[in-house]
Amino acid sequence: MDASLYASRRRRNVIAAVASYAATFVGLTWLALILGVLFWHGFGGLSLRVFTEMTPPPGAVGGLLNAIVGSLIMTGLALLIGAPIGILAGTYMAEYGRHSHLTSIVRFINDILLSAPSIVVGLFIYYVMVRPMGHFSGIAGAVVLSVLVIPVMVRTTEDMLTLVPDTLREAAASIGLPRSLMIRQIAYRAARAGIITGLLLAVARISGETAPLLFTALNNQFFSTDLNAPMSSLPAVIFQFALSPYKDWQDLAWTGALIITLAVLAMSIMARSLTRARKAS
Amino acid sequence: MVDVAWREAGVSVQGVAERAKVLNKLRTGDIVFHRITKSAAVSVLVVLGGVIVSLLLGALPAFQEFGFGFLTTESWNPVTEKFGALAPIYGTVITSLIAMLIAVPFGLMIAMFLTELCPIWLRRPIGIAIELLAGIPSIIYGIWGLFVFAPFIQQYVQPPVIATFENAPVLSTLFAGPPFGIGILTASLILAIMVLPFITSVSRDVFDAVPPVLKEAAYGLGWTQWEVWRYVVLPFTRIGVIGGVMLGLGRALGETMAVTFVIGNAHRISASLFAPGTTISATIANEFTEAVGDLYTSSLIALGLILFIITFIVLAIARYLLLRINRRIG
Repeated sequence: MDASLYASRRRRNVIAAVASYAATFVGLTWLALILGVLFWHGFGGLSLRVFTEMTPPPGAVGGLLNAIVGSLIMTGLALLIGAPIGILAGTYMAEYGRHSHLTSIVRFINDILLSAPSIVVGLFIYYVMVRPMGHFSGIAGAVVLSVLVIPVMVRTTEDMLTLVPDTLREAAASIGLPRSLMIRQIAYRAARAGIITGLLLAVARISGETAPLLFTALNNQFFSTDLNAPMSSLPAVIFQFALSPYKDWQDLAWTGALIITLAVLAMSIMARSLTRARKAS
Repeated sequence: MVDVAWREAGVSVQGVAERAKVLNKLRTGDIVFHRITKSAAVSVLVVLGGVIVSLLLGALPAFQEFGFGFLTTESWNPVTEKFGALAPIYGTVITSLIAMLIAVPFGLMIAMFLTELCPIWLRRPIGIAIELLAGIPSIIYGIWGLFVFAPFIQQYVQPPVIATFENAPVLSTLFAGPPFGIGILTASLILAIMVLPFITSVSRDVFDAVPPVLKEAAYGLGWTQWEVWRYVVLPFTRIGVIGGVMLGLGRALGETMAVTFVIGNAHRISASLFAPGTTISATIANEFTEAVGDLYTSSLIALGLILFIITFIVLAIARYLLLRINRRIG
C-alpha cells in the first residue's frame, strides 16, 4: 500500500475540516459583529424619550414615537388583511384541494411570491393604489405589507395543516361532523401553534420592510394616525436619518435599528421555540 | 361533536323537521366555507397577476419611447429624459454574482460542518444563529454597511489592494480608482453575508436527507469524511443544493435597502469593482419618490419589471429543482 496516498488523503480531509470550521466561525462572527455594533451605537440612545417624543428636526432632541406608532398601525392592519386570506388559502390547499391542480399552481406561485423582491410589490401597490388616489397614504403601506404577509401565511398554514394526522379528520367525519366544522374545530386547533408561528414569522418579515413603504406610505415628520395621509414608519425613518448628515439623526437611526432588530429577533426566536415545543410533544 | 355542530348551526334540537333544517344549514355552511377558502387560494394567483399587469402597464410608456434600446443604453438622464437600463442591470447582475461566488463556498462549508463535523448538541444552536442572520432586516445591513463596513473597507482593504495590483495587467483595472469605501465590491460583500443563511439552511436540509446507508457504505470502504461528503453527499444532493443557491441568488438580485446604502448610486458601468455603481432596486428606491414626469416614473417601473422577470425566472428554476429533490426524497 502506498503510504503517501494515505497521507495526502488525510491531509485533504484535515484541510476540508479546517475550512468548514473556519467558515462557520466567520459566519457566527458576522452575526456577533452586527449585533455588537448595533448595541454599541444604539444602546446609548435607548431611553424613555425614544418612545414618547416625535422625530425631531435636525439639532433638536426627540424620539421615534410617530415612527413606532406608524409601524405598529401598518403592521397590525397588514396582519388583519393578509393573515385571514393567507390562512384560508392555506386551508384550501391542505384540506379541500390537497391533490388538485389549482393547489400545485398556487403553491408554486406562492413560493415565488414568498421570495419575490418586495420593492416590486411596492411598485404594484403604487400603481393600483397610490396613483389613483393621488397621494401617498398609510393604508397603501398597510396593503403592501399585507401582500407580503399572505405568502408566509399560506405556506405555514398549508404545512401545518398537512401535519395534522388524518385519523383526527376521519374520527370527526365518522361521527358526522361536516367538513367545514371539522376544519375549524379540529384541524385549526391541532395546527394552532404552527399557525401562530407563521404569524410571528410574518410580523418579523414585514416589520423591517423598508423599500415598498418608501413609495406607498412615504414618511411623516409628525404624529399621524390618519390612514389617508402619509404615515411614518420605523424603517423609513431609519433610512432617512441614517443618510442624513446630522449626527443626532444618525444616532436616532441606530437606536431605531436596534429596536427593530431586537423585536424581529425576539419574534423569530419565539416562533422557533413554539415549533420546537410542538415537535417535542 | 354533534353538540358542536348544532351550536354552530344555531338551531335548537326538536324533532325530525328541525333535524333536516340543521343538516341543510350545515351543508350550506360547508359549501360556503369551501368557496371562501378556494377564492382565497385564487386570490394568491390574482396578486401575482396584478403585479405583472400593473408593471406591464406602468412600463409601457417607457418601452414605447425607447423600445428595446432601453435594455442596451447606459445613459440615465432625468434632465433630458433619456433613460437606459444597462447600468442598473449590470450592477444587479455583477453584485449578485460576486455575492454568490463568496457565499456559495461559505454556505456549503457551514452546511457540511453542521451535518458532518459538528457535535450533535451544538448543531441546533449554531443552525439557529446562522438563520438569525437571515432574520435581520435588510435595512440593518444597510446602516451597518454604511457606517461600519464601508469605512473599514475604505481604510484597511482598498488601499493595500490597489497598491498591490497597480501593475498587474487585468487586476489593475479591476481594482482601480480611489478608495471610496462604498461601491460594487462592498455591496457584493454585504449581499454575500445576507444570502449566506439561505444557502446554508437549504443545503443543510438536503444534506440531512441523504440516506445514512449511503454514507455508511462509503465509510465502510475506508473513505475519509471529506471524500464521503464530496463524492457521496454532494452528488446525491446536487439538485437541491443548486435549488438553494438559486433561491439565494433570487434574494440577492432583489435585495434593496442594504445595497442602496453602500452601492454609491452612480449610473455608469465601470470596470473597477471599487467604483460606485447602481442596481435596479437601488435605483428605484432612491429615485422613485423624486421622479417627476411620467416618462421618468415609467422608466423606473420598467426597471422593476425587468427585475421581476429576472427574479421570477431564477426563483422558478429554484423551486422546480427543490420540488424535484423533495419528490425524490419523499
